[in-house]
Amino acid sequence: METEEIKPVVVEKTTWVSRGLLLPALVFAIVLTQIPFLVTIAYSSLNWNLLKPAEFGFVGFDNYVKVFQSGNLIPSIIATVLITTLAVVGSLLLGLFFAILLDRQFKGRAVARTLMITPFLLMPAAAALVWKYSMFDTNIGVINYVVTSLGLPPIEWSTDFPLYTVVIVLIWQFTPFMMLILLAGLQSQSKEILEAAAVDGAGPLKTFAFMTLPHLRMYIEIAVLLGTIIIIQVFDPIAILTKGTGGTKTLSYLLYERAFIGLDVGEAAAYGVVVVILTIIVASVALRTMFKVFISGVQR
Amino acid sequence: MNATNSRTRGTLITVITWILVLLFFFPVFWMALNAFKSETDAASSTPLLFFTPDLDSFSVVQDRGMVTYLRNSLIAAGGATIVILILALPAAYALSIRPIKKVQDPLFFFISTRFLPIAAVTLPLYMILKTIGFLDNIWALVLIYGAINLPIAVWMLRSFLLEIPIEIIEAAQIDGANFLREFTRIVLPLILPGLAAAGLICFIFAWNEYFLATLLTSNDARTTPPFLGSFVDGRGQFLAVLSTAALIAALPVIIAGWIAQKQLVRGLALGAVK
Repeated sequence: METEEIKPVVVEKTTWVSRGLLLPALVFAIVLTQIPFLVTIAYSSLNWNLLKPAEFGFVGFDNYVKVFQSGNLIPSIIATVLITTLAVVGSLLLGLFFAILLDRQFKGRAVARTLMITPFLLMPAAAALVWKYSMFDTNIGVINYVVTSLGLPPIEWSTDFPLYTVVIVLIWQFTPFMMLILLAGLQSQSKEILEAAAVDGAGPLKTFAFMTLPHLRMYIEIAVLLGTIIIIQVFDPIAILTKGTGGTKTLSYLLYERAFIGLDVGEAAAYGVVVVILTIIVASVALRTMFKVFISGVQR
Repeated sequence: MNATNSRTRGTLITVITWILVLLFFFPVFWMALNAFKSETDAASSTPLLFFTPDLDSFSVVQDRGMVTYLRNSLIAAGGATIVILILALPAAYALSIRPIKKVQDPLFFFISTRFLPIAAVTLPLYMILKTIGFLDNIWALVLIYGAINLPIAVWMLRSFLLEIPIEIIEAAQIDGANFLREFTRIVLPLILPGLAAAGLICFIFAWNEYFLATLLTSNDARTTPPFLGSFVDGRGQFLAVLSTAALIAALPVIIAGWIAQKQLVRGLALGAVK
């Protein structure tokens, strides 16, 4: 009887309840992510060097001029794009390869799968340290033991191949991530259709190229998008393996360096603002793709 | 003959698969092995597969106060996860079952905060925390990790909530169940796997976080990831101790991920993959 008479009110009430439900999360996110950014913009107009507190003052766009004149930005953009692309493409291909291998029925598949996902679960700082001191090390590293056993000179990984050192560790950590998503895609493929294709005389390669790959497309998009979001901000392996040397100074590392080694708050803030603007440009494209993949797919 | 052939081929692929998987897993295996070696054995230029187990490094790690760092990590990651779930579940509810008018806008806002390069705002964050006296404070990390991972949980939980058949909820509403009843009796039991998946992912990301932990903590609130680097010693051998600490630090998340593999996949794909 109650529902009868207050029907229009229920709709109204629902909206208010919904807004009330959303509000805490929204306020929390705004306060913690937007306020620091506004403060960053404010800082970027100040001459504020922690070593020279006497010179504190408003300088307008001077810090931005310094940022663009420094010549630091372009190499860092190149490093970020290069490392992210190599790591995402590398782990995607390797992940696809392992996903195909682990999609088969074989003895101990569950164990193999469990072992495979472990590098992704391993704490990134631990992964970088373990690779640096037990794999890449010139004296006691396993890789160099193999290399010298083959009669080759040992490789000084982090100085001879800094970029690849970082990329190898990233690919190792993100291959399981890609594999898990692609494996879910492979397992959602209808086995009957694949069998029908085999009966019709389609070879495994043809089946893969014309049936499996198109089916996997959405999963590949998801894997690449999410992988890129995480890898583009990556900091740990760079800080631990190369400290930004040899073309590995990504934007994240550059920002860290400007902020905590330069001790120039104003200049560091200007770097931050520039990087955020760059990110917004790239992200708006990525976000649109993301909405297409995620939201329209599950829209009620 | 054809059948035997394809069988041999199958076995061959299985053997190759296993070799590649073990190769891929090797660095983790090696870390675990080094954790039980003496420093001299760990620093051997010929990698030692067989050795006399030595637990010295475990006591060294304990003497260096690892328990404190683990406790800090647990507070930071666990606290953040709780904060996230408390905020994200109602928000996801308002974006799925009882949708507000423009669902897209908040969804867009939440995920765009995940794109924000954290490094860009660390120095201001550092200055703000310093001003209000929250530098090297574990609760600051709880809030920051909460804010960073909240969008993931909102998106994931929304996709889980959308799977609840609308008829079930409508039936409850017609029966006159008020909002709280509808939520606790009908929705909450159905969403528990989703909460587990979201919680697991947020916990993993927070537990493993290195950058902010390095910059915003020094002693009292220092978590495990930056602590690991402190074992690197320019003068002596340290691989055994480092491996032990890394193993202990990584084990909780590794085991949790092993147990919850299904939720992990779903969670990593923000709920879009089953």
